[in-house]
Amino acid sequence: MQSSAVTKRDMSFSQLRGEQMSQATGSEQTPKIRIRNLDFFYGSFQGLKHINLDIHEGMVTAFIGPSGCGKSTLLRTLNRMYDLYPGQRATGEILLNGKNVLDPDQDVNALRAKVGMVFQKPTPFPMSIYENIAFGVRLYESLSRADMDNRVEWALRKAALWDEVKGKLNQSGLSLSGGQQQRLCIARGVAVKPEVLLLDEPTSALDPISTAKVEELVHELKSEYTIAIVTHNMQQAARVSDYTAYMYLGELVEFGLTDEIFIKPKRKETEDYITGRFG
Amino acid sequence: MIDSSALYRKRARTNRIALVLSMVAMGVGMGFLAWILIVLLYKGVGALSLSLFVQPTPAPGSEGGLSNAIIGSAMMVGAATFIATPIGILAGIYLSEYGRKGWLAPATRFINDILLSAPSIVIGVFIYTVYVAQVQHFSGWAGSLALTLIAIPVVVRTTENMLNLVPASLREAAAALGAPRWKVVLHVVLRAAKAGVLTGILLALARVSGETAPLLFTALNNQFTSVDLNAPMANLPVVIFQFAMSPYENWNSLAWGGAVIITFGVLCLNIVVRTLFRKKI
Amino acid sequence: MSSHSSVLGAGSASAGGVSGLAESVSGVKQPEPPKDRMRAQRFQDALFHQLTRFFAFSVLAILAAILGSLLYGAWPAIKEFGFGFPFSSEWNPVTDKFGGLISVYGTLSTSVIALVVAIPVSFGIAVFLTELCPPALRSPLGIAVELLAAVPSIIYGMWGLFVFAPLFADYVQPALSMTLGNIPFLGSLFQGPKNGIGILSAGLILAVMVIPFIASVMRDVFEVVPGILKESAYGLGATTWEVVWNVVLPYTRVGVIGGVMLGLGRALGETMAVTFVIGNAHRISPSLYEAGNSIASTLANEFAEAASDLHVASLIELGLILFFVTFVVLALSKLLLMRLGRMEGEKT
Repeated sequence: MQSSAVTKRDMSFSQLRGEQMSQATGSEQTPKIRIRNLDFFYGSFQGLKHINLDIHEGMVTAFIGPSGCGKSTLLRTLNRMYDLYPGQRATGEILLNGKNVLDPDQDVNALRAKVGMVFQKPTPFPMSIYENIAFGVRLYESLSRADMDNRVEWALRKAALWDEVKGKLNQSGLSLSGGQQQRLCIARGVAVKPEVLLLDEPTSALDPISTAKVEELVHELKSEYTIAIVTHNMQQAARVSDYTAYMYLGELVEFGLTDEIFIKPKRKETEDYITGRFG
Repeated sequence: MIDSSALYRKRARTNRIALVLSMVAMGVGMGFLAWILIVLLYKGVGALSLSLFVQPTPAPGSEGGLSNAIIGSAMMVGAATFIATPIGILAGIYLSEYGRKGWLAPATRFINDILLSAPSIVIGVFIYTVYVAQVQHFSGWAGSLALTLIAIPVVVRTTENMLNLVPASLREAAAALGAPRWKVVLHVVLRAAKAGVLTGILLALARVSGETAPLLFTALNNQFTSVDLNAPMANLPVVIFQFAMSPYENWNSLAWGGAVIITFGVLCLNIVVRTLFRKKI
Repeated sequence: MSSHSSVLGAGSASAGGVSGLAESVSGVKQPEPPKDRMRAQRFQDALFHQLTRFFAFSVLAILAAILGSLLYGAWPAIKEFGFGFPFSSEWNPVTDKFGGLISVYGTLSTSVIALVVAIPVSFGIAVFLTELCPPALRSPLGIAVELLAAVPSIIYGMWGLFVFAPLFADYVQPALSMTLGNIPFLGSLFQGPKNGIGILSAGLILAVMVIPFIASVMRDVFEVVPGILKESAYGLGATTWEVVWNVVLPYTRVGVIGGVMLGLGRALGETMAVTFVIGNAHRISPSLYEAGNSIASTLANEFAEAASDLHVASLIELGLILFFVTFVVLALSKLLLMRLGRMEGEKT
């Protein structure tokens, strides 16, 4: 029993290594997520129109645009969050590691385990700080008590929250302040070791100090995770992202390196939005 | 000046009369509540004593209490709540979590709200025909089943309402970790609504504690102490009914004592629950 | 399942044990969740979905079972007495001849009396709670009104029989006889034995019992009236009463009728309180002072002791009639309230 378990583990790890290796040898340019001809519908209303976009590994990609432009919608197609609601559907291709996640036979739970998400408002679960993090980990791993303790500490350190909560891991997650709650949610997302982290306006409900902490965190995390962030705050996009996408009315207007977008945008609309003449 | 015109004075007078009448209506409602409670206290508190709780129902004219009825009621109400809770919660979960599409959820919601107010005596008749008449004897189980059917709609309604109050973002957050739907619902959503769902169970308990009609020909009554749910079982409401209608003074007095126990038990539960969870019960 | 998770457990545990916190440096990603685990999870999900679905369906099944079993139990009586059953006033266990008219009349007349009294009072309470009540008292008074609904019906019965009836007989019935009793035609309703029990007393006690239901619904629907609508009426100089009567009530008419129907549904099926005070006499008389019987009180009194099969079947048929009528009334109430809810949805 024990030996077969080890073999099995070794197998999956070697498989994983192999996969990573082949990816690495493939090309540095191969994007982590490749979006092709993506359309999205809320019932009969088209929320996204023909989106084509690459999200690069180990980079932060920011989505900006006026509210209702579809930037959150786009983010929610990446982990198929829209599946929770009947009447919402997406067509086209979203290739994660070369596999189309919009495929009907894609298991959405397996997908979401790989693509983590943090929301606009902090969403701590009604359980202790420790359990908030252990909940996600337990879904796909069975760690020993000590390993779980380590993982919780690791995730909380990642989210720069450890020092503030280490003495009260058994208190309810709801007892934390808003900024702490949001970092708890980030820790929760990081703890399951996803490949991609989606941040949907993660600082819009936070005070400036907490916002700065979260931005710092995004900077830290991007060495290990591919990050997509939706923000209504252009300074934030400029500060944290490597790539920026400007969206308007469900369409991708312009996409490129953040520096280029902010310094010399190619499209007039983008420039108007960025300089505050519009939106 | 407008305010000196006859028309204005007439309108102001109508308004005053109407508002006074509305206050009178409120007073009438509160008056009846107070009247009933005062009568209960006046007639019943004298009957309250330790023997009420420890001695079984007596023969006419002799000493006794209501212990067998209290035990029977507790057992049947307990069994009913115990059975109705999982059924009601799971059905409520379906309505709130899976009920966005299809015909079943709207139909269930509709029928459930009707059963919520359906005449309880008919539930008694129903259990009589499908259970009592088949096994050929009255029993505590039959009474419990009748009470269960009355409790289920209460639990279903509150569970759905309470789960609907849980923000969608919490469901999304759990789903975003890759949690399967059932874990999202049981570990996160239900947990977030724990207090509210408990409210529903307590309200159901309060509701069935005072039900008399469905027990009349299911549990019947039993003048001795019995904990056998397969035999006819004494219970507070039916004992109160029989003793109150009897010509014997000691029975009448016991009936008032029982009435006090039941009413204040039920009202206290209601007050606690409604004060704690003001929203959407 | 368990062996499956232990495989995973052993695997990840040793992986975590070796690297521990050092993981952070390597940042090793989780391996793809194994296929069979995902399959098991999908199965559990489907199972849970079907389980909740089953219990939701069981609510419908309960209704079907009630209707079916009542129909089955009543069949001998339906066959014997046919469609004339609800219109025949004969009820004789000795000759085995049964008809439901007396009970149906008792149920309807007590319920009508209850509504006539309860509607204005409930309306007043709802107006008070939404328009006049100081905010601090709104919640406690609202709870107090709901407590009226929580008092067990048997308590209403005892109070009605032992406290209300004697006072009613001594003071109210004579007064009504002397006043309303002199009106031509209608007057006979208020003449008869003044002993405090009978159709009228039962109806009045029912009124007290249904007031909280009607008042709660009215209060809830009054609260959904958009503030801006009321404000614009107040802006024109309307008095509180004029706003309630000309703006709030027309806007919520559907919901108010829904609330009244809910009260009617409750009144029709109420058993214990009526059984205590209606007098339990199987006859129809022109006077509301006379004793009578409602469907529910007939069932409560006779069901356990019914001897002949036809007697039982006739009682079950009464139950069926009661269930059917309350079902229709309550369904109507629900539909009206849903219509108000939809109107509300469209407007916002």
